[in-house]
Amino acid sequence: MNLWVVLGGNSIAFGGLLFLLSAGFALIFGLMRIPNLTHGSLFMMGAYFGVSLIGWGLGFWPAALLAALGVGAFGGLVERLLLRRLPGAELAQVLVTLGLSFMIADACLLGWGGDPLAIAAPSELHGSIRIAGFAFPLYRIVVIVVAVLIAAALWILIDRTRLGAMIRAGVDDPDIARVVGIRVSLLFTIVFSLGAGLAGFAGVIGGPILSVYPGLDQDMLPLALVVVILGGSGSLVGSFVGSFVVGFLYNFGQALFPELAYVVLFLPMLVVLVVRPQGLFGRAAP
Amino acid sequence: MTTTRPTRRMLLKGAAAATAAASLPAPAIADAPPIKIGLLTVKTGPLAQGGIQMEQGTDLFFKHVGNKLAGRPAELVIADTGGNPAGTKTKAQELIERDRVDMIFGPLAAFELLAISDYVARQKCPILSLAAAEDMTQRKPNPYFIRSSATSAQAMRPLADYARKELKYSTVITVANDFAFGYEEIGGFQRVFEDEGGRVKAKLWPPLVTPDYTPFLAQMSGVDAIVSGLGGSNPVKFMLQYKDQNIGLPLLGGGVAMDDGLLKSFGDEAIGVISSAAYTVDLDTPSNRRYVEDSIRDYGGVPGSYAAGLYCNGMVAEAALQKTGGKTDDKEALIEAMRAVSLADSPRGPFHFDHFGNVVGDIFIRRCEKKDGKLVNTTIKTYHDVSQFWTYDEKWFLAQPVYSRDYPPLKS
Amino acid sequence: MKRAALGLVLVALATLPLWIGNEYYINIAAQILLYAVFALGMNVLVGYAGLVSLGHAGLFGIAAYAGAVVITSGGNHFVAIVTALAVTVGVAAAFAVLALRGTGLGFVMITVALGQIVWGVAYRWISITNGDNGVSITSRPSPFGLSLATASGFYWATLAVFLVALASIAILAASPFGASLRGTRDQPRRMTALGYNIWVIRFLAFVLSGFWSGVAGMLFLYYNQFISPQAVALSASAEALLMVIAGGTSTLLGPVVGAALVVIMKNVASAYIERWNFVLGAIFVAIVIFMPEGLVPGSARLGRWCLARLRRRAVPAPTAAAPRWEVGREVGPEAGSEVEP
Repeated sequence: MNLWVVLGGNSIAFGGLLFLLSAGFALIFGLMRIPNLTHGSLFMMGAYFGVSLIGWGLGFWPAALLAALGVGAFGGLVERLLLRRLPGAELAQVLVTLGLSFMIADACLLGWGGDPLAIAAPSELHGSIRIAGFAFPLYRIVVIVVAVLIAAALWILIDRTRLGAMIRAGVDDPDIARVVGIRVSLLFTIVFSLGAGLAGFAGVIGGPILSVYPGLDQDMLPLALVVVILGGSGSLVGSFVGSFVVGFLYNFGQALFPELAYVVLFLPMLVVLVVRPQGLFGRAAP
Repeated sequence: MTTTRPTRRMLLKGAAAATAAASLPAPAIADAPPIKIGLLTVKTGPLAQGGIQMEQGTDLFFKHVGNKLAGRPAELVIADTGGNPAGTKTKAQELIERDRVDMIFGPLAAFELLAISDYVARQKCPILSLAAAEDMTQRKPNPYFIRSSATSAQAMRPLADYARKELKYSTVITVANDFAFGYEEIGGFQRVFEDEGGRVKAKLWPPLVTPDYTPFLAQMSGVDAIVSGLGGSNPVKFMLQYKDQNIGLPLLGGGVAMDDGLLKSFGDEAIGVISSAAYTVDLDTPSNRRYVEDSIRDYGGVPGSYAAGLYCNGMVAEAALQKTGGKTDDKEALIEAMRAVSLADSPRGPFHFDHFGNVVGDIFIRRCEKKDGKLVNTTIKTYHDVSQFWTYDEKWFLAQPVYSRDYPPLKS
Repeated sequence: MKRAALGLVLVALATLPLWIGNEYYINIAAQILLYAVFALGMNVLVGYAGLVSLGHAGLFGIAAYAGAVVITSGGNHFVAIVTALAVTVGVAAAFAVLALRGTGLGFVMITVALGQIVWGVAYRWISITNGDNGVSITSRPSPFGLSLATASGFYWATLAVFLVALASIAILAASPFGASLRGTRDQPRRMTALGYNIWVIRFLAFVLSGFWSGVAGMLFLYYNQFISPQAVALSASAEALLMVIAGGTSTLLGPVVGAALVVIMKNVASAYIERWNFVLGAIFVAIVIFMPEGLVPGSARLGRWCLARLRRRAVPAPTAAAPRWEVGREVGPEAGSEVEP
């Protein structure tokens, strides 16, 4: 009984982290249709930035924000210099982002060495609190809260602001959007930066749970893929729900069917793709 | 000399200048062609942490001997396997067939070693590896293999003995990565712990790639202690989450899980963890003091067991070559000389080899403490002359199957 | 002229072990050929059919694992090879049925999921696959009395397989089926209107590429005498895709050049370039940006351009070849209109 409750709680917390990881992926993949295979690398990059910033004496939250800005700026550059030249060319985008992920991984190894590095959670968030008789790590609760806040902020941004309206217009029909005076190219850079920045932010937030090490990028990318495919690309609600679904699949799969843990993880992705390609919450393709 | 290699650069910040010059092979002044040693290491990808250490250990040894072995100039050829078995095979071929090395140091991981073991034996190339797969020196011995570090379980058996006799633990849950190294570490611990009357209540096997350990942590309760045989970057993640989840049980760890080189990555959660290892930084012998000081000077940090293991490999090669008069042509004689090496003073203390080429040496039980704001492992007990068979009869031992996921089975 | 050149290349390839001097380079050459077979097989799907797969390492690995399991449980090499290829073709057919439910990115993602499931099984189903430690086999076969245990023996066998693959894919590309395959890539709607069953054509292309991936997987198993989950990982699929694209899709020799590039970078150049991973990534990015059609057609274009410059200085620089990135997408008025047949 105890085990189930703890696993359930952790599934939710891990789901929160997964949402932070995949929200940016959902933006880039869903809105711009770019299969951004650097997403895991951007996550790792953010985490490494966080390590250095905290090492230079910055607090945890400022470091997370600055790391997000840094990774976001990097993402903007990638979009401007590389992906801009390859509109609608998925094959080329796959190749470029793969090549970039090789480069980022090797550059991080050069810059931060091979040792795993830990990011300490802010000291006030150490320890745990008791919920219904079960101890639950405080930091993980904060991760859930942050995930919900980010989800709300993104929803407001996309659905309720002028910028969001322009983004949606630019994605749905770039030509018409240009005609009515929307600077689509700038919008795409913004969306890509935002997605990259979110990945970087998630890297720092995930640091106290995952630590940072070479190979973190490859561990995280498939998880982001699963979440976004399950939830439905282009749907924030989908990624949100998808994150928690994957959180549960991951936790219970590892504990109950260790031999089939990855099958438990990827089979639902396959089923969704085959049976309902738009994902659980995605719009059907026009 | 057909190969000239570009300088290799150390990755660690601040150490580049000190090592770049020294790592170039010295020009061959003597008439004899240089002795060539190939190092199979991992410099890229997720396993690079151990690989970089291996390179540092070898590098420091070459500096200490002035790039000379038994009076002959010595040359180091470094190959990056990328941490994958197919890459290791190709790199081993490169070292043996193209560079014609006289012996190989490395590789790092057991799955790398298993991919090339048959090949190097066919090529009659002595191989001094850290890879801890037990059967390499037990049921499927490779006649050209030497291991001066330890088998997977070699340091775990003393730990079990210590946990049972000194700490008086009677029940534990084990957690180790789901691959051969984990099985063998935990198998060795379990066998001794149970033979001395303890009980292993559950064995948990998270895969090597495990972002979140909570599914496993959730299963840890109701015992005296947790035994960790995790490796790679996993101990850091595991310890963070272990503390997060308030498990609160004493933690015992294998050598890799609490490696000295890894301590800088831990926070205060590591204080009090008891571990056992074949190498410990705080061993107070002349050669270890010099080794540790120079490592800190050149690479900016205390050396871990991977670095020390490679340094000791160098010492073994040197001692063996002294005996053969620097000759490397007769591989049988060379490997025989290596296995006959017995050193009284090395960074890991005195050691010699058994007839399988596996080390017989000291195993150190350490407690992690904080001294001057830094985490250190302090030795609290030393088991002398520990063999890979512990106190068991060799014949009986070899008749048992190799440790696996389900062997020894849990006692119900 | 062309025939003479072809003959010369063939002679050079066939006699390579005699003049290259060192066993190590013979082994590297064998590896290039082995991966070239893999890339050629993938190119049937990626280049000719315009369907991008990131799961082919799964098929490659299934063949190798199936072969290894048969051999370690006592089967002979003939049985192992036949079983491995049969299993791979069967699995490829199943993969094709699933993957062809999607188009464009959907297709890519389904292949990712399939590849990851194969990897997950290889990695975690330890009782059969031995997990991380992989499966070793102790011997290579000796077909027709030629022992493959030596580097040259293995090289010649791989060369023979490679030539068969190359020839059969060349014949395929020139055949009516090849034409209809390219048709399904460029004009799927028109093909349907003309009475072609594009699903069947794509299915066959998938299975065929799966077959050659399986052949390459068996060669890999025999070359290394070892198979482990790393060979099945997503990064292995990505690497194979990079070989195809870097060399030039839908050209016959492109994948071969791509395979050579990747093998040489990973195995030879890595001895001299410490940061070879970074350089490899940079090469891929540069190819996409500066030579979008791939190395083989790209170099040909560059060559023609230089030649023209030499002849007549006034020739304006050619515009980059028409962007070829529409592979896998429907272009023009038919965009997005493709439906399940």
